[in-house]
Amino acid sequence: MAELADDKTRAVGTAPEPADTARPGMLARALDSDLFYSFRRSPVTVVSAVVALGLVLSAVFAPWIAPHNPFDPASLSILDSFLPPAWAEGGDPRFLLGTDDQGRDMLSTILYGMRISLAVGFASVIFAMLVGITLGLVAGYFGGFLDSAIMRVADVQLTFPAILIALLIDGAARALAGPRAYDEIVFGVLVFSIGLSFWVQYARTVRGSVLVEINKEYVLAARLIGLRASTIMFKHVLPNVLGPVLVIATINLALAIIIEATLSFLGVGVPPTQPSLGTLIRIGNDFLFSGEWWITIFPGIVLAVLALAVNLLGDWLRDALNPKLR
Amino acid sequence: MLAFALRRLVQAIGVMLVVSLISFVLFRFVGDPVNQLVGVDTSPEERAALREALGLNDPVLVQFARFIGKAVQFDFGISYQFKQSVAGLIGQRLPATLELSFVSALFALLVGVPMGVYTGLYRDTWLARAFLAVSLIGVSLPTFLIGILLIFVVSVNLGWLPSFGRGETVRVFGSWTTGLVTASGLQSLILPSITLGLFQMTLIMRLVRGEMLEVLRTDYIKFARARGLSRRAINFGHALKNTLVPVITITGLQIGSIIAFAIITETVFQWPGMGLLFLQAVQSVDIPIMAAYLLLIAFLFVLINFLVDLLYVAVDPRIRIGEATR
Amino acid sequence: MTARPMRVTAGVAVRAAFVAALVAGAAGAAAAQEGDKTLRFAFQGTLNALDPYSLNETFTLGMLGNVYEGLTKRDKDLTIIPGLAESWEVVDPLTWRFKLREGVTFANGNAFNADDVVFSADRVRAENSDLKTRLPADAEFVKVDDHTVEVKLKTPNPILHYEWDTWYIMDKEWAEANDMVDPVSARDTSPRPAAFTANGTGPFMIDSHEPGVKTVFKPSESWWGTPEHNLDTVEFTPIAADGTRVAALLAGDVDLIDPVPVQDIPRIEANPDTEALTGPELRVIHLGFNQFDDVLETSDVEGENPFRDPNVRKAFYQAIDIEAIKQRVMRDLSTPVPLLIANELFEGSGQFERWPYDPEAAKQLLGDAGYPDGFTVGMDCPNDRYVNDEAICQAVVSMLARIGVTVNLNAQPKAQYFAKVLAPGGYDTDFFLLGWTPGSFDSWNVITNLAGCRDETGKGGPFNLGGYCNEEVDALAARIVEETDTDKRNAMIGEAFEIMTSETSHIPLHQQSLVWGKRSNVDIVQRPDNQVLFYWATVN
Repeated sequence: MAELADDKTRAVGTAPEPADTARPGMLARALDSDLFYSFRRSPVTVVSAVVALGLVLSAVFAPWIAPHNPFDPASLSILDSFLPPAWAEGGDPRFLLGTDDQGRDMLSTILYGMRISLAVGFASVIFAMLVGITLGLVAGYFGGFLDSAIMRVADVQLTFPAILIALLIDGAARALAGPRAYDEIVFGVLVFSIGLSFWVQYARTVRGSVLVEINKEYVLAARLIGLRASTIMFKHVLPNVLGPVLVIATINLALAIIIEATLSFLGVGVPPTQPSLGTLIRIGNDFLFSGEWWITIFPGIVLAVLALAVNLLGDWLRDALNPKLR
Repeated sequence: MLAFALRRLVQAIGVMLVVSLISFVLFRFVGDPVNQLVGVDTSPEERAALREALGLNDPVLVQFARFIGKAVQFDFGISYQFKQSVAGLIGQRLPATLELSFVSALFALLVGVPMGVYTGLYRDTWLARAFLAVSLIGVSLPTFLIGILLIFVVSVNLGWLPSFGRGETVRVFGSWTTGLVTASGLQSLILPSITLGLFQMTLIMRLVRGEMLEVLRTDYIKFARARGLSRRAINFGHALKNTLVPVITITGLQIGSIIAFAIITETVFQWPGMGLLFLQAVQSVDIPIMAAYLLLIAFLFVLINFLVDLLYVAVDPRIRIGEATR
Repeated sequence: MTARPMRVTAGVAVRAAFVAALVAGAAGAAAAQEGDKTLRFAFQGTLNALDPYSLNETFTLGMLGNVYEGLTKRDKDLTIIPGLAESWEVVDPLTWRFKLREGVTFANGNAFNADDVVFSADRVRAENSDLKTRLPADAEFVKVDDHTVEVKLKTPNPILHYEWDTWYIMDKEWAEANDMVDPVSARDTSPRPAAFTANGTGPFMIDSHEPGVKTVFKPSESWWGTPEHNLDTVEFTPIAADGTRVAALLAGDVDLIDPVPVQDIPRIEANPDTEALTGPELRVIHLGFNQFDDVLETSDVEGENPFRDPNVRKAFYQAIDIEAIKQRVMRDLSTPVPLLIANELFEGSGQFERWPYDPEAAKQLLGDAGYPDGFTVGMDCPNDRYVNDEAICQAVVSMLARIGVTVNLNAQPKAQYFAKVLAPGGYDTDFFLLGWTPGSFDSWNVITNLAGCRDETGKGGPFNLGGYCNEEVDALAARIVEETDTDKRNAMIGEAFEIMTSETSHIPLHQQSLVWGKRSNVDIVQRPDNQVLFYWATVN
């Protein structure tokens, strides 16, 4: 943690390099950059990155590495339910981390569940980024009526806490789509309702940066030579605000995973036949007192480690990209 | 100042109207309230008659107009499930939520600010690292899991604190009851406040730390050092003071989200506040309560935003009201 | 209680085929605090309005049963015993005469008399009442003298008084003085403060009531009976979250909780100060099939409804390993049943057996029906209504997967579930899980409600979600309701169940169990209808 703080004093290059740099040199340049230097100098960050990458990869490749397919009901037997981890008394070597109330292998279920949690997390952050950046650019660049309209909508949005938004949208979607279709769109609904609570941050950040950039000479010059507004925004203004956006995105990713878990606790979210990490914790929560701790503790640990790793990366990124802390 | 306040007031009313309309439209899809109002033996004809009598067959806009017409007179109708006036019910439950939110915010501030200052000043000590690590775990675990684990350890295994409820309450005036003056009431507050305030505490601590790090690098602090001011005077007289503006803003804005997240804490601890009332209402499709709750939350958010704006103006003279948007 | 022997219907009365679990708590070695005997009770749901005709729901009626009384009551084993009526006789098949108990007063001091009974009979059948079915709409209540009431029927009805233990008698004068003549209903446009107080003749009265937060009961000094409890105060708190409720008991913050999740029983038993109280419940959980529509909306089978073929239904039945569900999901706290009614409630149930679990036979049956490779179908399931409802459904899904049937499970909270599968939702379900307790503890209720031919609006068999229809069963039901001879009646009930079983009209699963948790120093009677009655509780 201290290393992490230490590096803020190091020089960190944030000025975007011209895009015409020779391609072969990219990796070498990246490795040589100040950002990478600060990364290398912080063991905590390196460990977080390795852990996060490991978890993401094992989630992506879950169908290949998981010993069972927990989503195939025909392979489950209720008689295998509630088996403790393999090393504990009564454990079964087939199920390393034990089984849940339906006889699903915990390890496989966690891998598949993490896949769903991460997918929801990434998708909702990307959704929020796309909406937020676009609206922020538009608001900042054009100002006037568009600006105040967008910012008022943002105010309304802020009025609704994320949990409430998600509860309401989910209820509406469930009823509108009908339950059968709902199972197919539940992913989209979650992404939409979680993402919706994030976009304001991006919009405000981007708008703020645009307001600063827009009066700089290079933008004026670009305008003078007749470049289109969209070109100026995406090619010249946007790269300058990517740093803060990336920081928000990392922290949001962790938050999105936790919100998904919380929603699942409130009974909203993915169906229990295809559980996310949050759903697993919610199910396991019922068995905490009865001694079947592995059903909730293992997914809980994975969720916490994942969120912690991502948060630490976000922390480092924020400090590393903050020119004021140089 | 007056014009500024008036303009914000008009905006606030607009925001609240939009919020209530959106939520009202969504309610239609949450479920059929009639099922919750009658026993299973009730015939379909009687159910249809009840639906008609409640005006559930009218167009949404008509229902909405009816709702707003009454809401401006503080008449939110009668709760379907409790068969009591919603205004009265909220009046009974509001104190519980406000007390919990207030104590949580206080906890977050009283613990978060000193920890932030400490970690900002003494970045490399093991205690600072420990603070940072613990705080990250606080944002990496879902609130409900923290609450359940606290109950499990502190109430069940150690038997130190009550596991649920508000303890003994005392009626202060009107329907306002308080748990702040009885021993059991205070004991009952501890676990829920920690659960609810942990996230905000982390946020405040990290914010203060970040601000401290920045401020300590500014020129005037360097000058102050050069002038030979005592460390204490610099750290607290100058540095901390300068971090207070963002801290006030963030804390203020967070109060709204504390109240919203109280839904989860209140569910876990069976805390008889508005959040629990709202969740019960969602589960039994008690539209009058849901509508009134959302309107109240919107009102609180708008109010808090407004106060924070005013406070901001008061604290930071650089902000000129006329150019609030740019 | 010097009741004259009931001349008729006593034989028809519910047989005490079992004795309610009367748990002798561990001898309270710990010296209990003298003077203050408080029972702190937590339930998963809330107690709302206290009007006894507002909501026909077991828990609410059970709680109000501590405060109010009916003309009849039910004993610890559910036998019908005299309540506010000392005795009754059937003068002729269309006339019943009730002799009312004398010297009874309501909590406010008013005397109880025939006027109150006539008033309550009108009120319970009023527009806003949710308990209209307690009395025949066309029955006439006549005051003979201050303590005699005659009921004049239009058609004979041997089970007239079966549900009268929860038809509570209210005080006419009090109701008139407190704007309570009309039952409190969601339709009310202004609040009715009196609906949050209660004025009954029962052993307890309501001291304070804050809906959804806390209700305090105190013993009534003026009760006519001899108290069997030793309580000074009862404090009721709703605690919705299972974990919090169990934690509250373990931490000693409450004395009695209902329900306890079955998996938490060992934890409660392991704690020296707490124990679990279990017993059979009368509710039967079953699965049903959509036999109403020509095609199943959720299925990949086109042009026909596979559930109209009895072979398919029987295949589903035989694919389900009920013992595995009992052992793993219910942790041995369930009783598999062959019929849609609890074993205790129908004398002939012993003649019936479940179709055996046999996946091979199930596959064979499915092949015979023309679906050797199975098919896909959607299933609806509540997730907060019955004991482990969602887990049962998930287990069923994986068992059916083994005979090639793909089931898409849609488990949701009861508000949404019932909105979808009941009449207002157009019975929108192809395959579902439902639980049923007959309010009258009688088979006729089960046959008509769950298996009577119905139309789209539910006329005929309102809770026959799948629309099973067999005119023979309907004809039998029509005769059962009027038959006063017990043996003949039981024979006809058996015949109806025989038809339903042979066609696999539904898949009966099991009777779930009641599980309460209590501190060891509490003794209380657990009646199989899951009413929590403080007048049989003692704190040592």
